[in-house]
Amino acid sequence: MSTFEALIAAQDRVEPRDEMPGDYRATLVRQIAQHAHSEIIGMQPEGDWITRAPSLRRKAILLAKVQDEAGHGLYLYAAAETLGVDRDDLLEALHTGRQKYSSIFNYPSLTWADVAAIGWLVDGAAIVNQVPLGRCSYGPYARAMVRICKEESFHQRQGFESLLTMSRGTPAQHAMAQDAVDRWWWPSLMMFGPPDAESPHSARSTAWGIKRFSNDTLRQRFVDLAVPQAEALGLTLPDPDLRWDEERGSWDFGTIDFTELREVVSGNGPCNEVRIGRRVAAHEDGAWVREAAAAYAAKQGTRGAA
Amino acid sequence: MSDGSLLWEVFVRPRRGLAHTHVGSIHAADAELALRNARDVYTRRGEGVSIWVVPSGAVTASSPDEQDSFFEPAGDKVYRHPTFYEVPDELQL
Repeated sequence: MSTFEALIAAQDRVEPRDEMPGDYRATLVRQIAQHAHSEIIGMQPEGDWITRAPSLRRKAILLAKVQDEAGHGLYLYAAAETLGVDRDDLLEALHTGRQKYSSIFNYPSLTWADVAAIGWLVDGAAIVNQVPLGRCSYGPYARAMVRICKEESFHQRQGFESLLTMSRGTPAQHAMAQDAVDRWWWPSLMMFGPPDAESPHSARSTAWGIKRFSNDTLRQRFVDLAVPQAEALGLTLPDPDLRWDEERGSWDFGTIDFTELREVVSGNGPCNEVRIGRRVAAHEDGAWVREAAAAYAAKQGTRGAA
Repeated sequence: MSDGSLLWEVFVRPRRGLAHTHVGSIHAADAELALRNARDVYTRRGEGVSIWVVPSGAVTASSPDEQDSFFEPAGDKVYRHPTFYEVPDELQL
């Protein structure tokens, strides 16, 4: 048995300089990079509302949240770099579409209530997905996830609180909150990925201790958490098939339109082009800052010994 | 790196009385910017009272391949542990 196999069998952690199979490394690079890309693309739908937040309190909260998303992206790029890839190459892969990000961020944030719905549902789904990753077999990824999950909790709670405020507000505010939930519910369920039967890499990722629970298991866990929360919000979820299954002790829910997920993933979502366009523009517009910092460092001779 | 930045390892002292602990890495053109970036990325919620940044290339590490032989000399020296010694149960020793 190789050292790697022994570590996995013992549910121990794999660390950067350990020997590992090429496919394990490649799978982690793909997953961590996609995760990092999702964090920084995820700044956009909510970032759109920073200048239009309805109060200084909400604006400060939203700024902190969007800054957290940037931070999460950086934790994850740092974790990916421990596998021997260069951050520039990862960004290049994002900008040219060779690597993906979560399809959820290709939906538009049409009203202020969308910011709240994203916090409650999208960050809520992310937490369900990410908590088990805090125990994944690759040390740097697991440590980044633990840090991220602590911060996501604030994201979800601020969204819930904002949505509750709107739901209990004027009829127009309540309707705006309901409309946002109606639009974000199904895409949030799609965040857990294709059904187990159509999830090609799942078995191998599970064997390697990267994945701890199946897509459908995590999706069900999320639905079971969200239904009572929606009730507390005084809002409905847009699924006529939602009903409590006494036997399973879980909520049954309707059929997910995975054709939509495939369409959005393959580039035909409402905002795919806008998101990448803005990301590339931000990178290019910031080039002079990076160049100036490097020139200053060279001139001062303050660069590190590396 | 092509964007002119270097990779730095970041160590944070969570509070006085504790040692700096490795938390991750950061990109920056120089040490001063590395400190500022590290502050923004790793201490947004009061996680630290002091930060070290070290160029990643300046770290010399033991190799995991040699883990067994490298740490082997300590393996058979059980007499370095207090539990190795038998003393009367009734004494506080």
